[in-house]
This record gives sequence, structure tokens and C-alpha cells, in this order.
Amino acid sequence: MPVISVADLTKSYPGRKAVNGISFEVQKGETFALLGPNGAGKTTTIEILEGYRIADGGVAKVLGLDPQADRMELKQRTGLVLQTTALEPELTVAETLAAFARLYARPESQEKVLASVNLAHVTRTRVGNLSGGQKRRLEIALGIIGSPELLFLDEPTTGLDPEARRKIWTLIRGLNEAGCTILLSSHYMDEVKALADRMAIMVDGKIAAEGRPEELQALHASHATIRFDTHGKPLAGLPASLAGLVRIEHGVAIIDTADPVPVLHQLTGWAIEHKADLASLSVNRQSLEDIYLKLAGKGEEAVTREAAE
Amino acid sequence: MTMLFEEALHQLKLFARRPVAMFFVIAMPLMLLLVLTQLFGNERIEGLGLNTAQFYTPALAVFGVVMACYTYLAVSTATARDLGILKRIRGTPMPPWVYICARILAVSVIAFTSLVLVIATGALVFGVEIIWDRVPAAIMVAIAGALCFAALGMMITALFRSSETVQAATSATIMPLAFISDIFVRPNTETSEWIPVIGNLFPLRHFSVAFQHAFDHAYEGSGFALPDADGIVFSILPHLGVMALWGIGAAFVAARFFNWDTRPS
Ligand SMILES: Nc1ncnc2c1ncn2[C@@H]1O[C@H](COP(=O)(O)OP(=O)(O)O)[C@@H](O)[C@H]1O
Ligand SMILES: [Mg+2]
Repeated sequence: MPVISVADLTKSYPGRKAVNGISFEVQKGETFALLGPNGAGKTTTIEILEGYRIADGGVAKVLGLDPQADRMELKQRTGLVLQTTALEPELTVAETLAAFARLYARPESQEKVLASVNLAHVTRTRVGNLSGGQKRRLEIALGIIGSPELLFLDEPTTGLDPEARRKIWTLIRGLNEAGCTILLSSHYMDEVKALADRMAIMVDGKIAAEGRPEELQALHASHATIRFDTHGKPLAGLPASLAGLVRIEHGVAIIDTADPVPVLHQLTGWAIEHKADLASLSVNRQSLEDIYLKLAGKGEEAVTREAAE
Repeated sequence: MTMLFEEALHQLKLFARRPVAMFFVIAMPLMLLLVLTQLFGNERIEGLGLNTAQFYTPALAVFGVVMACYTYLAVSTATARDLGILKRIRGTPMPPWVYICARILAVSVIAFTSLVLVIATGALVFGVEIIWDRVPAAIMVAIAGALCFAALGMMITALFRSSETVQAATSATIMPLAFISDIFVRPNTETSEWIPVIGNLFPLRHFSVAFQHAFDHAYEGSGFALPDADGIVFSILPHLGVMALWGIGAAFVAARFFNWDTRPS
């Protein structure tokens, strides 16, 4: 049985479809990421699963249970970190954690949790005096104090500096290795690549691509970008099949192709014949980052079109 | 049950760490008692069988209760909602009603502390006499007032979105009402006859008058008798009735419109 299963989920707000028919499953022990730009519908999806929001349509199951009808049981068995930090500034770190620990049936040891989130040295510090990264780690501590089977993390590192982000990545990896299933949202591909076993790229309320990082890479792997410097000279005598593919940007010729080998063959043939030196020739496979940006960009175009209509 | 008391203690700890709130709820009623009694002189008030401190001690004790149960409850709950704390609590296994009741229990404890301090100061510093056989009635009135104003506080939090608007709404309601409810100003029958009539439409005047009569020898009885035609018998019953009506109405509105998040879900 999957830990999370979502089918045809929809949720609209006045004048806007926040989630527009998405489906995915998260298996036990996995770290699954929802990756997408702001407004893609990640928080809406996660908060439907957490029981905060009610879906308009479709099915959402968490640990085989209904997020609304079985919300009380799910609150005992899952942990969560919301997108926006929500802590009482007047309390100390230890008091904050203790206040949450008493709400759970089987709380973890508070010392152990504080050590695992690397806050053991500031237990008596007021929360208001913590750094952004420390606050976020405290919230993760609150998320795991109830020994959850599943942890929701909504943009756990947004707005933090690189070092603070890395600390949280190490922490999340540790939690996953300890057996906790994790549903993560992020708008950073590097974060998702570092943490997730599988990801769904969400754009404009829909899932644009889904799979393991290698799968997504493979799916778009044949795509390559060939670049070379034209020295400002026209590309005379280029075979027609090539000429249709080339575009020039700032004196650099760019060829996007799904099938780079024959293109390169033709290109080098032409270069020998015309004594072109193909200065700074490069061939780049698309990175996951490129794939993500392309998908996210398409989403934005769609949104702009919608707005224009 | 344990969870309720633990959460109430937690809320009391938070209150103790908020100096501004402590000032308004605990220090201000005491200060007003000292200042107003100095200002007017602790002498017999014309037309009443009371001296200044005898009037202001119960009046400001009531004001302290209202500051705790109405203003502080409403503003602190709205602030917690602004900070996302209400939403976060909603994601823990604590039942929502336990959290709300714990907050109300905590402000009631704060209110009672403020009330006892004001009355003790009145008794020890200004010799205000406590009429012991009326203490049960006075406690009943204080509990009814605390619950009524807690319900009204939750209603304000439910009806307004941000802590700023909630703050404004509590001040804009309680300050004018305090002036027409025999709290800041001693009743003066010469100036106006309609002010008490308007005051009586709202729960604050019933709270303050019922509580004040428990300290006033011009009235008779321990408070639990039915009112008489001459108005000489001390009776809390009609006042409890008005506070109950307002409290129950407010509780319904609060339950209907209360939101744990600043955005709709
Ligand atoms: N409570 C709400 N009321 C109205 N619109 C909302 C609400 N929550 C989200 N939205 C809208 O739904 C869309 C998706 O939002 P969200 O789920 O927060 O996306 P993400 O988390 O991916 O940034 C956005 O356009 C957002 O403005
Ligand atoms: Mg979001």
C-alpha cells in the first residue's frame, strides 16, 4: 500500500485552478518531491493531504486514510513543517519542543531530537533570537517529535543561506535513512536532486513530468544543444537541413536537436569543406535544471496567454 | 483534561513573558485605582452612600477582568493567528476545543489575579470593606462576566482578520462602554438620565453594577434574592441574565465565523 496516493485531485479558488487534476503515489521509505515555481499548486496539494484544505474533486489518501475523516489519527501518525515559519518568539527552544512533545501519544526523546536537528547548544535560547536556519530546524524538530511515519516538508529551505540549506539537507537525509517517508516541496532543482528518490515537476496546477531524476534525464537525454562562434561571419553554404535548425544569438550559432550525432556529422563536414574553424564548439546534453526551467517556462507562457485572453 | 491544564499553564507562561500585556491587564487597573482615588479624594460621593475608593475598587476590578478576558484574549489570539501559530496547532493532535478552552481558562486565571489584587489594594490601602456574605454572589458575577467577555473577545477575533483590526475593535468598543457603564466615571444622576439606559443595553454595565452592589451597604441581602420594586434588594439575577444572553450570542457568532488561518482554506 502506498503511503500517499493522489488521483485526479482538483482544487480551485475564486478565479483560479490551484490544482488541476494531478495524480501520484509515494511509497514507504521514499523521499518524494513536488518541484515547481511559485503558484504551481504545491502548498495546496500538501495542505489537502495534511487536512487543512478540502479538495474539490479526486481522491487523496494518506496512510490509507482520508485526510478529512481520519484527520485526528493522521495528526498522530504524521508530522509537518508548514511553508511559513510559525513559532512563539517568547519561548525557549526547549520549551517549544516540550509543548509539542506532550501532544503526541509516542513522543521521541526531546534530547535526541534536539541533537539530531543540531540545536542542543541553544536549548535555553528564546526562539525570537534564533537565526532563520535554526528556526527552520526547530520546526523540523516539531515535525518529528511525534515519531511520524510520514513527514510533510513545504519548502523547508526557501530563503536560507547555502550553508543553512546544506545543514537541513543532511538532516532530511538522516530522517529518511531512519525510515521516515518524506513528501517535500521545493522550487530548487538542486535541492530535489540532492534529496528526492522521485519527483513530480508541477507547473500551473498540473504535473508536467514525473519520475526518478535519472528517468527524467533519460526521457530528455537525447536533447542536446550545439554551440559555436561564427566570428560574425555568415554561414555560407550550410546544407539546407542544417540551416533550418540554426539560430544565431549574439554571434553564437545554436542548434537544439533531439538527434545530435548526424547533425554533428553534417556540421563538421560543412566546416572542413568551408574551412570554418567552429570556434568554441560545444555540445551539451540538457541538465535536469534545463529540463525544469523549460517546463516551468512553458507553464509561465501558458499563464501569460491565459491572462491575455 | 491534563492536556487542557497543561495548555492553560503554557498560555499563562506566555502571558508572563509579555510585559505590555502584563501592564494593561495587571498594572493599569491598580494604577487607575490609586490615581483616581488621589484625584477625587477618598471622600463620600454625593448622592451615593459610598466614598471614592468604595466605588472605584469594584469598578476597576471589573475593568481588569474585561482587559484580560476581552482585550487580551482577542488580541493575543489574533496575533497568534497572524503568526501562523493557530494553523500550526491545528496540525497537532490537540483537539481544537481544548486549545480554545485552555486560552479561556488562562485568561480567566489572569482576570481573577487582577481582580484579587485590585480588591486587596482597595481593602488594605483605602479600607474598602468586604461584605463577606455577598462574596459568593460577587464570585458568581465575576465568573459570568469573565465568560461573557471571553465569548465577546472570541467573537471579535472571529469577525476581524488581523491583530491590528482586532486591537482597534476591542479599544473602540470597551473605552466608550467603560464611560457609560459606571467604571471610569462615578454615576451622576444630574447630568444625564439616558446614559445608564443605553449602558444597560450592553453587558459591561450589568457586570460592573452587579459587582459594585456587592460592596455597597445601601443594598440589602446576599445577592441571590429576586429584585424588588424599590430597588433596595441586592440581586445579581437580572444582571446574570443579560450577561448570559450576550455571552451565548457571542459564542454562537464566534463558533460560526472563527478561522484558524488568515487565508481562507
Ligand atoms: N487560500 C487561498 N485563497 C486564494 N487563492 C489561493 C489560496 N491558496 C493558494 N491560492 C492560489 O492558488 C495557486 C497555487 O498556490 P500554492 O498552492 O500556494 O502554490 P505553491 O505552493 O506551488 O507556490 C496560486 O495562484 C495561489 O495564489
Ligand atoms: Mg507553496
